[in-house]
Amino acid sequence: MLPFTIAARFLRSAKSQTVLIIIGIAIAISVQIFVGSLLASLQKGLVEKTAGNLPHITISAAIDGNAITGWRDIVDSVEDDDSIEIVSVSADSNAFMGIGDNNKPILLRGFVFDDADRIYGIGESIYEGDINQERGDVLVGKELAEELDIKLGDYLALTAPGDIVGQVRVSGFFDLGVANLNELWVITDLETSQELFGFGDAVTSIELDLYEIFEADAIALDIEDMLGNPSSIKVENWKGQNDDLVSGLDGQRMSSVIIRVAILASVVIAIASILVISVLQKSKQLGILKAMGIKDRDASLIFVYQGFILGLAGSVMGILLGVFLFYVFVSATDNGDSSPLIAFRLENGFLIQSFIINVIASGMAGLIAARRSSGLNPIDVIREG
Amino acid sequence: MDNIIELRKVDKIYSGAVDTQVLFGIDLGFEEGSFNSIIGQSGSGKSTLLNILGILDVPTHGEVNINGNRTDTLDKNRLAELRNEMIGFVFQFHYLLPEFTALENVLIPCRIRKGRVDEETRRQAGELFEMVGLSKVKNNMATKMSGGQQQRTAIARSLINKPKIILADEPTGNLDSDTTATIYKIFRKINQQYGTTFIIVTHDRKIAEEADRIVEVKDGRIEMDIRK
Repeated sequence: MLPFTIAARFLRSAKSQTVLIIIGIAIAISVQIFVGSLLASLQKGLVEKTAGNLPHITISAAIDGNAITGWRDIVDSVEDDDSIEIVSVSADSNAFMGIGDNNKPILLRGFVFDDADRIYGIGESIYEGDINQERGDVLVGKELAEELDIKLGDYLALTAPGDIVGQVRVSGFFDLGVANLNELWVITDLETSQELFGFGDAVTSIELDLYEIFEADAIALDIEDMLGNPSSIKVENWKGQNDDLVSGLDGQRMSSVIIRVAILASVVIAIASILVISVLQKSKQLGILKAMGIKDRDASLIFVYQGFILGLAGSVMGILLGVFLFYVFVSATDNGDSSPLIAFRLENGFLIQSFIINVIASGMAGLIAARRSSGLNPIDVIREG
Repeated sequence: MDNIIELRKVDKIYSGAVDTQVLFGIDLGFEEGSFNSIIGQSGSGKSTLLNILGILDVPTHGEVNINGNRTDTLDKNRLAELRNEMIGFVFQFHYLLPEFTALENVLIPCRIRKGRVDEETRRQAGELFEMVGLSKVKNNMATKMSGGQQQRTAIARSLINKPKIILADEPTGNLDSDTTATIYKIFRKINQQYGTTFIIVTHDRKIAEEADRIVEVKDGRIEMDIRK
C-alpha cells in the first residue's frame, strides 16, 4: 500500500493546506446535509399534515354512495399486494342528524375500527367517551357536537331525505384536527352503518395506506389495471387530489437535488484544484519515485487516495456539522407554543447516500490530478534539479 | 566479463524550434562489476548519456541493452520494473522524499518492488546504514539531516534492491571535499563487496581518476576511453 502511505504523508506534510481543504469540504457538505434534511423534514411534515391521516388510495363505486360490487375479491387482491400496508373497508352514507328540529348534514362512516384506526388515528383523537360500545353507538366530531350541543349518551335521529333512518346513541367525541371532518363525519361500526342504510354486507369504499406514500399514483393505476378498469369503480389517490401540494413538493425536491449537485460539483472542483497544485508541489517526489520504478498506475493512485482521504474526512465532518446545524435550527425555531416549527428528522438513507456519493466523487476528483501526474516525466524533474 | 549495459549507435536529438543533437552515434558498453566514470564539460551530453543508460530518457536513434534486455521493445511498466530491479540512481540533488524518515526513504524501492518490506530487507537496510555511517540517524526525517547525510541516505536507497548497476550523476557536486572522499570510499566498498557496476558522471577530473575506466564525452561524442 505504498501509494496510500505516500498519499497520507503528502497530506500530513502540508497540514494547514490539508486542514483548510477539509474544512472547506466539510462546510460545503454541511450545507448539503442541512438543506437536504430541512427540505426532507418540511416535505415529510407537509405530507403528514396533508395525507398522514387520510387514506393514500380510495377505491369506491363510480357513483358516490353506491356499494362496490365484488368488494371482497378486491380486498383479497389488494391484501396480497406487498406495497400496501393497511386495507380498511367502510360503508358510508350521507344523512342528516340532530335533535328535534336542529339537524345537520353528516356523513355516517361505518368502519372496522381496528383497520380504520391505523389510517385515521381515531382512537387517539377521542377526547371524551369511548369507541362505540354497542351496535347503534356513534362517535361525533368536535365541531358538530358543539353546533348541535350534543352530550355523551344523547340519542340522535338520523334521517335521509324524506325518510327516518333510525336512532343512534353518542358514545364519544373525536377531534381529527381537521374542522371539516369534525363537522361532517359521524363514525360508527361497519355493521351499524350497513344495517341503517340497507347495504346488506356491502361496503362503499375500500381505503388503502401504502408503505411508499409517493408511489400512490402509480399503485392506483396498477390497481385499476388489476381490476380491469371497470366503469363502475373509481380508484383515487391522495396525489391526484392534492395536485398543488404535489407539484410544490416536486419543485422543492428538485431544488434540493440542484443544491446537492452544485455543492458536489464545488467539492469536486475544490479537491481537484488542490490536488492538481499538489502534483506541481510534489513533482520532485513523483519524479524520483518514477525514476525508482513506481508505475504510472501507482503514482496516479497517490492522488486518488488523497482525494478519498480528503473526501472521507470532509464528509464525516460535514455530515456531523450539517446534522448539528439542523438540530440548532430546529431547536431555535418554534411555532410560538414551544413546539418545533419542523420536526428534527434525520433520514439515514440520505446521510449514507450523501456520504458515499461525496467520498466517491472526491476520489474521482483525484483522478484529474492523477492524469497530470501520469504525464510527468522523471527526466524533466531530474534535469531541472 | 560481459557488458551489463550497452549503447549501440545512440543519437539524441531534442526537438524544438531548432532541433538540437546532443549525442552522435554513441557505441558504449560497461562490463559487469566495473567502476567507471564519465567526464565532460557542461553541455557535453554526459548527463543525457547517463539518463539514456538509466532508461529515464530514450534515444532518438539506436539501441540500449540492459542485462540482455533491449529497452525499446519494452513497455512503460516493464521499463519501470527494469529500473527498479536493475538500476540504482544517485543524483546530485539527493531527492529524498521529505515526508519520510531516512529509513523509510531507503525502503521505498523495495516497497515499489514487493509492495511490502520483510524482515530480511529491514536487516539489509540496517547494514546499509551501517555502511554509510548513519545508523544513529536513520529514523530522522530526511529534512532533519545534513546534505552529506542525505546524500549517503540516497546511496543506501540506491542499493536496497541489490541493483546490478549504480548510475550516479554528480553525486558529490554539492558536498564538501571530506564528504566527497567518504562517499567515493563507500562507492568503492560497494563495488568490491557486491560486484555492483558503477557509472559515475562528474566534471571533476580528480574524482574521475579514481575510477577503473574514464570515458570522456565532448560535443556529444566519445572523445576518450581509458581503462586502467
